[in-house]
Amino acid sequence: MPELTVREALRDAMAEEMRLDQDVCLIGEEVAEYQGAYKVSQGLLEEFGELRVVDTPITEAGFTGLGVGAAMGGLKPIVEFMTFNFAMQSIDHIINSAAKTLYMSGGLIPVPIVFRGPNGAASRVGAQHSQCFASWYSHIPGLKVISPWSASDAKGLLKAAIRDPNPVIFLENELLYGESFEVPEGENEIVPIGKGKIVKSGSDVTITAFSIMVGKALDAAEIVSKDGINVEVIDLRSIRPLDIETIISSVKKTNRLISIEEGWPTSGIGAEIAALTIKHAFDYLDAPIERITGLDIPLPYAENLERAALPQVSNITDSIRNICQH
Amino acid sequence: MHIYGVQYFQNIEPPATSVGLTEMTSNTEKNNLGKKNKLPISKQSNKALLEYLKTMLTIRRFEEKAGQLYGMGIIGGFCHLYIGQEAVVTGIQAALKPGDTVITGYRCHGHMLAAGSPPKNVMAELTGKIDGVSSGKGGSMHMFIKGKFYGGHGIVGAQVPLGTGLAFANKYKKSNNVSITYFGDGAANQGQVFESFNMAALWKLPIVYVIENNQYAMGTSISRSTAIEELYSRGAAFGIPGKQVDGMDVIEVYKAAKKAVQNCRLGKGPILLELMTYRFRGHSMSDPAKYRTKEEVSKMRHERDPIEHIKTIILKNKILSEDKFKQLDKETREIISDAADFAQSSSEPLLSTLTSDVIID
Ligand SMILES: Cc1ncc(C[n+]2csc(CCOP(=O)(O)OP(=O)(O)O)c2C)c(N)n1
Ligand SMILES: [Mg+2]
Repeated sequence: MPELTVREALRDAMAEEMRLDQDVCLIGEEVAEYQGAYKVSQGLLEEFGELRVVDTPITEAGFTGLGVGAAMGGLKPIVEFMTFNFAMQSIDHIINSAAKTLYMSGGLIPVPIVFRGPNGAASRVGAQHSQCFASWYSHIPGLKVISPWSASDAKGLLKAAIRDPNPVIFLENELLYGESFEVPEGENEIVPIGKGKIVKSGSDVTITAFSIMVGKALDAAEIVSKDGINVEVIDLRSIRPLDIETIISSVKKTNRLISIEEGWPTSGIGAEIAALTIKHAFDYLDAPIERITGLDIPLPYAENLERAALPQVSNITDSIRNICQH
Repeated sequence: MHIYGVQYFQNIEPPATSVGLTEMTSNTEKNNLGKKNKLPISKQSNKALLEYLKTMLTIRRFEEKAGQLYGMGIIGGFCHLYIGQEAVVTGIQAALKPGDTVITGYRCHGHMLAAGSPPKNVMAELTGKIDGVSSGKGGSMHMFIKGKFYGGHGIVGAQVPLGTGLAFANKYKKSNNVSITYFGDGAANQGQVFESFNMAALWKLPIVYVIENNQYAMGTSISRSTAIEELYSRGAAFGIPGKQVDGMDVIEVYKAAKKAVQNCRLGKGPILLELMTYRFRGHSMSDPAKYRTKEEVSKMRHERDPIEHIKTIILKNKILSEDKFKQLDKETREIISDAADFAQSSSEPLLSTLTSDVIID
């Protein structure tokens, strides 16, 4: 199987879908001539032209609303946010205009649109540029929320998101763009939205993670395997809908659960997973559920402070050893 | 100030009457609302004038009935009546062709009716019933006609980028259709309006921005909220031609709309129309409207009622006799009364629909 970076996989997904469907277009800041602020849209302007690959002014509320209106009018726009931090300026359109219109219209007006871009911490870019929005968007009925880790999932899920008739939030990670993974070839390699993936099977403890934390979970699993602890790692891939079945059946096997996310703890993805696990697998739990999250503070700049504020492999190994004492 | 719209008026046919560049740009009158009914200057067919009257009467009688039903507790929530502003949506809608799209805020009953939605289904949405245009899930503020009318939006100003996106889709599909995007004098102060103006002008999108300047945003008069009250000049920074129009005169509205829409179809980009109008009732049903004097409201009602205006023209030109007019009004009231009966007797939405239409599976 050929290897692709996440960056290339995302570009290929968009290019393939744009070849298949004239109504798919890409709009956002620097997506056309500059080839993407993080070079994700390389070559798209050249292939599809400026009608379909559109550089916008720096006008998040405006171009998000415009994208939603275009979707109501029959297009399937991909709206790229330079990063999701800036989408806070347009969250009204994502929620009030995109997510709610199908319902408010009694099913008359669908909004087929993808909002995508890097999410979460990057590398020492400070508090305003380093926030995970997974739990924010996962709160909203009418949205689907995806956050892939590997390049093949990035590609297959972005293709699925573009074909999906609903508004989809597609959370990428800047630090993963350059990482390479094996990716199957072919235009029909779609990954279904709403399905988690067991990326390592094990018997002693279940770890759920998404995006960059999947890699950290696998590293931690590798380390503790030397102590004879066999970890099962689930890549959630989809945050909403959440594949709770896969989590529950894993917990029924391992009897222990650790949830990892980079975002803040309060009302986070881990809180949701814990609540559902307690409801569906209470009797199977041998230990309290652990949540590993970013620290409950704005993200600091200094290297040591930033590292201390985000989940690290050592936090995960500690947590695994701890939970396995029960 | 003198440059707004130069291109617009040079490139389109010369102004038919006195409504030209000079009048538009040097219009220092606060607004056009002091005018008396004029005699017709239009060459519009009698049939068209009659259609205007019918549409405006339908909206008026519909809204009066909605007000009554609200008072009786049959309609709930927020309910924003369009009484006084009927000429705006009627004149604009008359300038459109199939495939043109319309979007507005929450004050949308008139827009739905003018776009051709049956009064009984609009009323059934207000009563929250299964036969409502949004199956009872939208309510007064959220109504749609697929392919034609895109709501019905509750966040002040949000419809402006959405309408700009509808124009983007029209241009993308090379459809030669125009997006009509209505918003209020209050909404005109939202930042996203200017973001939209910029993109629409930059990409020459086929859109007519229609500001319905009814002088108030809830209780805030325009002079208390707006540094420069000539809202039609707000596109100037983006090179968007603007024009102030008497929104109580349906013929003037139609003429301005026709011209603006033509301009868009020629690929010349956005146009901004500021329609001077007035709402005769409170902002919503719960508004006692203490921020304006009784005298002000009654003067507007007596001197500038848009329906009286068109009625006078129609009677003077003997398009209808007084008796025939009364007959028409009676028929309209009957249609609305039937709509109200229908909306009350229609059943509640099935509970089984509660969780449908959230996501398309
Ligand atoms: C973003 C936002 N802020 C405030 C409100 C509450 N609100 C509803 S209508 C309104 C006044 C708007 O006035 P205008 O734009 O002039 O329209 P009109 O009601 O006169 O038609 C306000 C403040 C809202 N719905 N959305
Ligand atoms: Mg107003």
